[in-house]
Amino acid sequence: MDFLAPSTWAEALAAKAERPDALPVAGGTDVMVEMNFDHRRPGALLDLTRVSDLREWALVDGRVRLGAGVTYARIIDELGATLPGLAMAARTVGSPQIRNRGTVGGNLGAASPAGDSHPALLAADAVVEISSAARGTRLVPVADFYTGVKRNALEPDELIAAILIAPPAGPQQFCKIGTRNAMVIAVSAFGFALHTDRRSVGTGIGSAAPTPRRATDAAAFLAGELEAGGLWESRGALPEGLAVEFGRKVRDAAAPIDDVRGTAAYRLHTLSVMARRAATWAWDEHRRAA
Amino acid sequence: MRIELTVNGARHEADDVWEGESLLYALRERLGLPGSKNACEQGECGSCTVYLDGVPVCSCLVAAGQAQGREVTTVEGLADDDGLDPVQRAFVECGAVQCGFCTPGFLVSTHDLLARNPSPSDPEIREALAGNLCRCTGYEKILDAVRMAAQS
Ligand SMILES: Cc1cc2nc3c(=O)[nH]c(=O)nc-3n(C[C@H](O)[C@H](O)[C@H](O)COP(=O)(O)OP(=O)(O)OC[C@H]3O[C@@H](n4cnc5c(N)ncnc54)[C@H](O)[C@@H]3O)c2cc1C
Ligand code: FES
Ligand code: FES
Repeated sequence: MDFLAPSTWAEALAAKAERPDALPVAGGTDVMVEMNFDHRRPGALLDLTRVSDLREWALVDGRVRLGAGVTYARIIDELGATLPGLAMAARTVGSPQIRNRGTVGGNLGAASPAGDSHPALLAADAVVEISSAARGTRLVPVADFYTGVKRNALEPDELIAAILIAPPAGPQQFCKIGTRNAMVIAVSAFGFALHTDRRSVGTGIGSAAPTPRRATDAAAFLAGELEAGGLWESRGALPEGLAVEFGRKVRDAAAPIDDVRGTAAYRLHTLSVMARRAATWAWDEHRRAA
Repeated sequence: MRIELTVNGARHEADDVWEGESLLYALRERLGLPGSKNACEQGECGSCTVYLDGVPVCSCLVAAGQAQGREVTTVEGLADDDGLDPVQRAFVECGAVQCGFCTPGFLVSTHDLLARNPSPSDPEIREALAGNLCRCTGYEKILDAVRMAAQS
């Protein structure tokens, strides 16, 4: 096994092109578990922690360009107000030690259906910036990034450079169900965004389908009802039953399985509850902001 | 491969480091620093917590090669010539140590908490120690120790 430690982004992309068998390692909070338990023996480890570009974030053309290697701890400290949904998700990840190392790039690389950043990224319409030495940069909407259970759209010579996320026009929420508060992989999770500027609704379902996914019909339903009721302008109270119906439609978008963390039925139930609450909390916040 | 790093203020080198091995393994088995404990090797228990460039991390989840050229502080580095760190003294005085396996990790996490927040509330203490498990004490004495260390 080799240990590759590029110090620039160009070197990292060249190394990945030359060694498609190299496994990138950022915070190592997924990779090192697999190494320690002999579940994975790649030809090489490609350490990305020396590439300083990956650890930076900046506002670029009105969007946050979040380097793939920015840790959850820094998202919480530095971007809590700018990326509220993602920061809420970040606060629920693992423990302080895990948040000090773990990155959104690593969450996307692992592409676990239970990864906590995914519902927030889906709800916020994030875009994944992917690069290779041969073909340069391509942008993939996050909904197209997840291609199967723990599979993603990366080619063997590609790395994730950054995640592009527009700062929110309206309130965002993130809810997660687990057996306790700390150190839990989600039994189910839900991300929600009110895009008040576009009068649309963003959703993201975690841990309740083979991949993270949106509840597209539920989002269109809620946005349409808000439109029909003139509520986007009036910021009036949600009509009786609307949030409940939204929760049902979110539930219908999921396709969970029974596993050690919970049953499919429990996941469906919790999703409908989380979606109802998230929509209500976000709408109430929107009304208060008037 | 060979790695060079600073541990507890001193330069260290290790040869024949396997490319996939953890910083925890390198500290314990190659550098003669067995203070950091290996209990789960999957980031759950926190008994391997060390400072890496000033930030508490699970050393079992850091590849040894990622620590090349970096600064590590382990539990062995908390005490100085004047004796134990106030956090260590408080753990002893409060009876927060039983089998002691979790203690090195709790000490580093508590040390970091008090450096950032000298008078934490109870919920802040619980949050800061959420990545450290103890199967002996029931945590009450550990909370007492953190409160005592915060006052000293
Ligand atoms: C104790 C514990 C608790 C956890 N709790 C949670 C939790 O609550 N919620 C949650 O979502 N996750 C959790 N995780 C999983 C993990 O922390 C997250 O998935 C984290 O985001 C991984 O980031 P990392 O930087 O450590 O990734 P790494 O382990 O370094 O990498 C993960 C994957 O991404 C790839 N990768 C990393 N960076 C790039 C890049 N720039 N380009 C291409 N590929 C890349 C790697 O090759 C690998 O396949 C937990 C893990 C542990 C050990
Ligand atoms: S041994 Fe590292 S967290 Fe348990
Ligand atoms: S004292 Fe034994 S595990 Fe904490």
